[in-house]
Amino acid sequence: MPDDRKKILECEDVSLGYDGRPVMEHLSFDVRQGDYLCVIGENGSGKSTLIKTLLGLIKPVKGKVILDKSIQNGYIGYLPQQTDIQKDFPATVEEVVMSGFLNRCGWRPFYNKREKQLAQNNMKKMNILEYRKRCYKELSGGQQQRVLIARALCAAGGLLILDEPVTGLDPNATMELYESLEKLNKTDKMTIIMVSHDIKNVVEQASMILHINNDEYFYGDVNQYIYSEFGESFKLGREKN
Amino acid sequence: MELISVIKNLFTYDFIVKAFEVGIIVSLCSALLGVSLVLKRYSMIGDGLSHVSFGAISVAVAFGFAPLAVSIPVVIIAAFAILRMRENGRMHGDAAIAAVSASSLAIGVTVTSLTTGMTTDVSTYMFGSILAMTDEDVILSVVLSVFVLLLFILCYHKIFAVTFDESFSKATGVNVSLYNTLIAVLTAVTIVLGMRMMGAMLISSLIIFPSLSSMRIFKSFMGVVISSGVISVVCFCIGMIISYCYSTPVGASIVIINLCVFFICCIIQRMKGMRR
Repeated sequence: MPDDRKKILECEDVSLGYDGRPVMEHLSFDVRQGDYLCVIGENGSGKSTLIKTLLGLIKPVKGKVILDKSIQNGYIGYLPQQTDIQKDFPATVEEVVMSGFLNRCGWRPFYNKREKQLAQNNMKKMNILEYRKRCYKELSGGQQQRVLIARALCAAGGLLILDEPVTGLDPNATMELYESLEKLNKTDKMTIIMVSHDIKNVVEQASMILHINNDEYFYGDVNQYIYSEFGESFKLGREKN
Repeated sequence: MELISVIKNLFTYDFIVKAFEVGIIVSLCSALLGVSLVLKRYSMIGDGLSHVSFGAISVAVAFGFAPLAVSIPVVIIAAFAILRMRENGRMHGDAAIAAVSASSLAIGVTVTSLTTGMTTDVSTYMFGSILAMTDEDVILSVVLSVFVLLLFILCYHKIFAVTFDESFSKATGVNVSLYNTLIAVLTAVTIVLGMRMMGAMLISSLIIFPSLSSMRIFKSFMGVVISSGVISVVCFCIGMIISYCYSTPVGASIVIINLCVFFICCIIQRMKGMRR
């Protein structure tokens, strides 16, 4: 069945790496509007290199990553891994969320009314509107992650890239976060690329899987993945339970 | 009113007026820049750069060059070097700063003792003096403050974003290293200007204390930035008046006032916590 949804991101035989030295070669995959793609791989397999390349922070060693117009020039909503600095940072939830609009501001020093309204909507979507005057560092890990996703939504022109969003969250907060992401994907048609270690949940959430392991990789939909060689680790996990 | 007459008396001296002018500007700038530096775990950059500045000034004095003309570029280069070392990940920020700071202090002291010997000039740079400000300093500090205030008014949101989350800012297309460099250069100039009044050993407290105190009380970034500026300027003025009344060293008096304010803020934070 031909897929007629718009391709918003295309990698065609791309080699990723730093300073001309490739970490991962001959990678081809594409992301269509409304996809929920999970990137899986061991530490050091090139996941962060891939993310940095998609965000345009490093150039591919070979080949080209083609982005749709709607997400060029910083219009990708990005959720980085949390840093130590943020744990005791004095900032209100609202201040953090609003900083997602930086890419729209250019040299304008203030945020306008429309942006404030959009920020409110995004906070509502992530169930954090009631905390908007609270201090970021006083929130729980799950709430902080929601704040950062709301910020990413402010920046996003249709694509969210999440770098290990559930690391360090307790099981409840993890499930809540997955539910919110599913809602964003289904209801708001937000395209999501998520890097994760949490293979078991990922397979239930995502529509597409990209499993990378240095020189080889798997790309396909979830059903293909479960029955592939790469999906073995997942299946083994299930049989044990 | 005794206090008012003391203050009136104070402003009849030309050198004190200059010291106030430069001091208020330097404390405001260092407090604003300090918020970003402290939050990014760069607290010691002030300390490191002031030692570099001490080294550069000692060498300049020994060879008969103008102190400011030599030390400002040297300190700016040192600021670049420290940032670069950290960005490349070759050395941890704190290790880089400690290495640079001790080396330049050693070079300064050695050059001085080989040439002129430890003169009053050099000890002034170590512990500061109220007499050190010239017309040149006043002009330079006005120019500096214009840059710092413009940066904070026009690029406030970018400074917030770059301080809070470099990765996110980079991904949304903010030129992160430009802002880091800008902050480092302005810090360098602030330190060179302030250190002759505050002393090389004490200037870093102007960067650290106001934001530390503000962070005890305020929860928003905006609140912390504004209160740091206010606390810093108020502490400077009180410190100057005390230094004048009791002939205590200026730099040390200002630091002690800052320390007191920090304790007061800690107590306020405790009391707020208890009420909840």
